[in-house]
Amino acid sequence: MSKVTLNISTSPHLVKGLSTDTIMKNVLYALLPAAAFGVFSFGWNALLVMITTTLGAMLTEHYLNKWYGKLTTIYDYSAALSGLLLGMTLPPVFPLWMAFLGSVITIALGKFIFGGLGYNVFNPALVGRAFLQAAFPVAITTWLQPFLPERFYSVSSSIYAWPFMRPTVDAVSGATPLSAFKFDKVSTEAYDMAMGICSGSVGETSTVFIILGGLYLAWRKMLNWRIPVSIIMTVFVFSAVFYMLDGVAYPSPFFTIFSGGLMLGAIFMATDMVSSPITSEGVWVYGSIIGLLRGVIR
Amino acid sequence: MDFFSLHTNTFKNGIHPPENKEDTKGLPIRQFPFASELIIPMTQHIGAPAEITVREGQEVARGQVIAKATGYVSVPIHSPISGVVTQIGLVPTISGNKAQGVTIKAFPSSGQEVAEGYCIDYKTASADEILQAIQNAGIVGLGGAAFPTHVKLKVPEGKVCDYLIINGIECEPYLTTDHRVMLQQGDDIYMGIRYLMKVTGAKEAIIGIEGNKQDAADSLTKIKPTDIPVSVKVVPVKYPQGSEKMLITAVLGKEVPSGGLPIDVNIVTVNIATTAEIGRLLPHGRGIQERVITITGPAVKKKGNYLIPIGTPLRFVLDHVGIVDDIAEIYMGGPMMGPAVADLDISITKGTSGILVFGSKDVIHTDKIYPCIKCSACVDACPISLNPSKLGILAKFESYDRMVSDFNLMDCFECGSCSYVCPSHIPLVQYFRLSKSRYKRKQALNQQ
Repeated sequence: MSKVTLNISTSPHLVKGLSTDTIMKNVLYALLPAAAFGVFSFGWNALLVMITTTLGAMLTEHYLNKWYGKLTTIYDYSAALSGLLLGMTLPPVFPLWMAFLGSVITIALGKFIFGGLGYNVFNPALVGRAFLQAAFPVAITTWLQPFLPERFYSVSSSIYAWPFMRPTVDAVSGATPLSAFKFDKVSTEAYDMAMGICSGSVGETSTVFIILGGLYLAWRKMLNWRIPVSIIMTVFVFSAVFYMLDGVAYPSPFFTIFSGGLMLGAIFMATDMVSSPITSEGVWVYGSIIGLLRGVIR
Repeated sequence: MDFFSLHTNTFKNGIHPPENKEDTKGLPIRQFPFASELIIPMTQHIGAPAEITVREGQEVARGQVIAKATGYVSVPIHSPISGVVTQIGLVPTISGNKAQGVTIKAFPSSGQEVAEGYCIDYKTASADEILQAIQNAGIVGLGGAAFPTHVKLKVPEGKVCDYLIINGIECEPYLTTDHRVMLQQGDDIYMGIRYLMKVTGAKEAIIGIEGNKQDAADSLTKIKPTDIPVSVKVVPVKYPQGSEKMLITAVLGKEVPSGGLPIDVNIVTVNIATTAEIGRLLPHGRGIQERVITITGPAVKKKGNYLIPIGTPLRFVLDHVGIVDDIAEIYMGGPMMGPAVADLDISITKGTSGILVFGSKDVIHTDKIYPCIKCSACVDACPISLNPSKLGILAKFESYDRMVSDFNLMDCFECGSCSYVCPSHIPLVQYFRLSKSRYKRKQALNQQ
């Protein structure tokens, strides 16, 4: 035998071949149907909001790393994912400069100051969303009716508002099922909400596509199914108890689980690997507490 | 689910790496030719190295003792060949350290017959006599650990052994030696169990086999003798089921306490190839001269299960089976726990269960390490329910004391499941090996 060069490595010499960037990419793919439905329902407005937050998050990640003399980490797709998630929680007529600011906050305060991917204590997208909620309470509760005929011909002018200028609201505003119930006691059909025939945030209206995305991720074992199951179960039981006590003042449990961002939150937000528990017992507790808190607050 | 865990014939967590046993599991064990020169290191087992009892120029017969045990945790070494001792000195070993060793040049025209020794009859010999005979035969755990078997079999004062579990799991990918031994040496296995039951005083023996070796389980069940209480139990395939604590949980649903031994739950476990070797050698009073090894991997031309004399140089083995030109990595043992080979001049030892050869295009390199995203893949994989994610972060900060005191680092038996599943490619088990040795060194320094 001729002279050979041998590599020395320590065992195990086999790897599963799953990679962190693959997980992030697949979560992105799983979000796309719901995001696409948002565009279908709310038109170019929705697309612009999501593109702004996604690019904003990636740019922030890139330049923060560069600023601190580190290698850029945008290729692990986690920044793009946080950006898209943020965009999906915003109203379709949200001013773009605010959305961009939100995505900068998402990455800078939600993730980077903790040490980047893997060290954040909260879901970065929700940090950004909480900031926007506190800073722009009016804009973030200005909704758009779904399926407007002109949604693919024109873009609502409020999303082009200049920073710190009062946006001229020209959108045909529509109440979300939650606000309709809260203020006018009008209950939307659970079926309509599951199908996304209602107003709401860009990516949260189509419950069906969100659930499909979640099922895909659970099938690929990239999502801990215990989290959404425990959250939704807790919410259902909690609201069922109140509905049985007073069917007029409180919405039905089906209305509750299909309304608002519950599905998006339970399936894509709460399951953020970094900030969710690591043991399966812990996950059940975590999911139940989220469900209870949601019931108490809403 | 997790709340209602009933005993399900397997242990908690674990992984399913690709088995890759198809190439060799159907190939019968074949005798390997003798190399013209065998190199026999004295450190083939855990414990004190054997002490050489021959001198340069001395002629030795096959099966003759060439090194004696030095102390209780040590075994003698027998000559695997008839020939003349040409050299005594330092020889390379798999660990990278050199060790004392004997080089024997074969007599070219010798028939290589093995001398018959004193028969140890399981019916008449006492437990202590059998234990002594097992040590004299140089028997160590043939699954890879190479721990002297007689030490393991000695039931301590005040303890009882209820069950004897024979480990036919062979959960490492690629390896098929135990599979072939079970198919071809069933009688030896049952003979070995007779000796083992007498030594341990076990009331019942169970042979544990993974579901991918159903044919072996069937063939062992078919020839099952009636004079001993023995049964065959098939368990679902999962790595690392071959680890003795996992095996005990899988077969009997009992858990060995942290830091404890199987005998703490009244169980003794023995590898199946070791059992077969005891059953084969003791009736003839012989010692180990050869062992079954699976030679496989994408870069090997004549894959198979071979009976190879101890001391055969690795270079000779590879020349004989034929390998492709651009080999990249060679592992001794299985791919999950086996060490990589740095030097082709090392030789086959009692602990070598497999030789895997990978070409440069077959090796998967994962250079890119991402931060830990707490995805819990490692937590769901760890068979002893450690938290590798947390341990990995602590290892980076060199908090070895906390790793041991708060996170049970010392229970880790380095199966590598965590590194296998980690999507961020963090070398977890590698960190833990390092941490364990650093911790031990620190403890030793503190004691001085």
